[in-house]
Amino acid sequence: MSAPLPLLQVRDLAVRFRAGGVGLPGFGARYVNAVNHVSLSIAPGETLGVVGESGCGKSTLGRAILNLVDAQGGEVRFEGDVVSSHDPSSIAKLRARAAMIFQDPYASLNPKLAIGEAIAEVLRVHRKTQPEKVAARVAELLYLVGLSPELAARKPHQLSGGQCQRVGIARALAIEPRLIIADECVAALDVSIQAQILNLLMELQRQMNLSLIFISHDLGVVRHLCRRVAVMYLGRIVELGPTEQVFAAPQHPYTRALLAAVPDIDPDRTLNPAQLRGEPPSPLDLPTGCPFHPRCPHAQEVCARGEAPMLRASGTRELACHFDLPLNSQQGEGP
Amino acid sequence: MSVEALSRGNWLARGFGALGLGRANLNLRLGAAIIVGWALIAVFAPWIAPYDPITHNLADKLQGPSLLHPLGTDNFGRDILSRVIYGARIDLQMGVLGVLFPFLIGTTLGAIAGYAGGWVDILLMRILDVVLAFPFLVLMLAIIAILQPGLTSFYIALALVGWVSYARLVRAQVLVLKTSDFVTAARSLGFGRFRILFRHILPNCIAGSIVFSMSDVVLVVLAGSSISYLGLGVQPPTAEWGVMIAEGQNFITTAWWITTFPGLAIVLMAFGFSLLADGLAERFGLRQP
Repeated sequence: MSAPLPLLQVRDLAVRFRAGGVGLPGFGARYVNAVNHVSLSIAPGETLGVVGESGCGKSTLGRAILNLVDAQGGEVRFEGDVVSSHDPSSIAKLRARAAMIFQDPYASLNPKLAIGEAIAEVLRVHRKTQPEKVAARVAELLYLVGLSPELAARKPHQLSGGQCQRVGIARALAIEPRLIIADECVAALDVSIQAQILNLLMELQRQMNLSLIFISHDLGVVRHLCRRVAVMYLGRIVELGPTEQVFAAPQHPYTRALLAAVPDIDPDRTLNPAQLRGEPPSPLDLPTGCPFHPRCPHAQEVCARGEAPMLRASGTRELACHFDLPLNSQQGEGP
Repeated sequence: MSVEALSRGNWLARGFGALGLGRANLNLRLGAAIIVGWALIAVFAPWIAPYDPITHNLADKLQGPSLLHPLGTDNFGRDILSRVIYGARIDLQMGVLGVLFPFLIGTTLGAIAGYAGGWVDILLMRILDVVLAFPFLVLMLAIIAILQPGLTSFYIALALVGWVSYARLVRAQVLVLKTSDFVTAARSLGFGRFRILFRHILPNCIAGSIVFSMSDVVLVVLAGSSISYLGLGVQPPTAEWGVMIAEGQNFITTAWWITTFPGLAIVLMAFGFSLLADGLAERFGLRQP
């Protein structure tokens, strides 16, 4: 199988935010390292899940890819071209081909703008349609995401959360994107509506050969939706590989703990005992060495020293650990 | 309640709805009624006013309220009622124009400062601090004195001084909205900065400024009257309420009506705008009713 040219390549991406400290540069400034040395790539038409607990930097990663937050290091390449915050035209080109769907469907729409107008604006800005055909195209997009074109005159507060999220998807589709970054796009919706939105996304993705980066903390959804999955912990990808392999035989100790923590609907089973001790360290003050070592059941002396282990190939997947895992009895459960 | 009464109620409600007053509250309706009333008086002044507001008629000077002169006459025999009616033209214009320019300038500069951030923000905010460091009336008087006394100078001075309140108000709101999800969404869709600022951010933070501008009208009318009173604004013999009060002060013990009625006119107009401000604040959901 020859690997197709990746649509998006992210290399060593790093994002940090200033937190507190006085205004003078260099005095008391502390930084939250939200994303550290993240590398990933996605092929055309591929679906990549990004999972991890709250605060692990997965949303920031999505925003940094679209240059919505400034990256302090690393490189994003889209269709082979470097996207740089110093080059507005590269950002414009990226945003003309890649769109984002947000977590809160109400908050991500301008409350003063009728939804038809909100979609039409995208068409006009990107000159996707001739001016006299905009209304027809808006109706078409609304239909495509399963909304009645009659809703075009409604304001966001007159719609339900699910309907607003469909509008968000219609706006993303209006630019005719190659890549959609869905940032927790169903987390704020009812379960029944979640399924509708997810099915819609999958169907559109198949129809249009979209690439999809699906950021979520819902492991079940990711397993259902994504071909590959990246597991993030404290701003780093700790394991990345084909979804079924990662879920069936997690290698990194954090992935294993994360999967074991998924509750099961089975009244006869007690909840899994807690796999991890303590809380994740504060991103303000990252531990030396592997960021996971204070909580890792397999931590050795080497884990606490030096730099964090880099992501390295391990069979069909990539892994950020000093050891060849699995270290315990799960050996042999691979693909 | 009978069916007719109900349907008439609906008709009324629809009428208010058509005027954009669908969920209007009492403050809003009363305030709007007072201001519309003054506007009608101003527009139709030549037809309403029983006498010419300027021409002297010394035979009738300093007469108290009577059937002939309902609000009395001043020391030149001019009819106070006619002068109050004509004064509405100047004072309403003063209130509206005196707020419009600061509103436009302040909103634009505040929005740009908040959205651009960095040195643009720092520069504009320091200029704002300088303007704020002077007492309002002192700075107004200084600017008018440098230009030349008159209504035009008054507007220029107000534009130079009055924008700061709007700039601060809007800047604070823009700072909040700048990081909101729908602005991030607009950025992610590749919208330009000006489009985001003027089409997405400003419409969502202008309500507070509009409400403030209504109460600002009151201050501007009072400032205009004060400045006319000090002889730097509207010049005699033009009928303006502040000027009338200034002219009448020598006769306050013998002819109270010369100062009292223009004073009441100012109060009534200010009252109208205050109610309007309250009503709008309620309407925009900025304040609990």
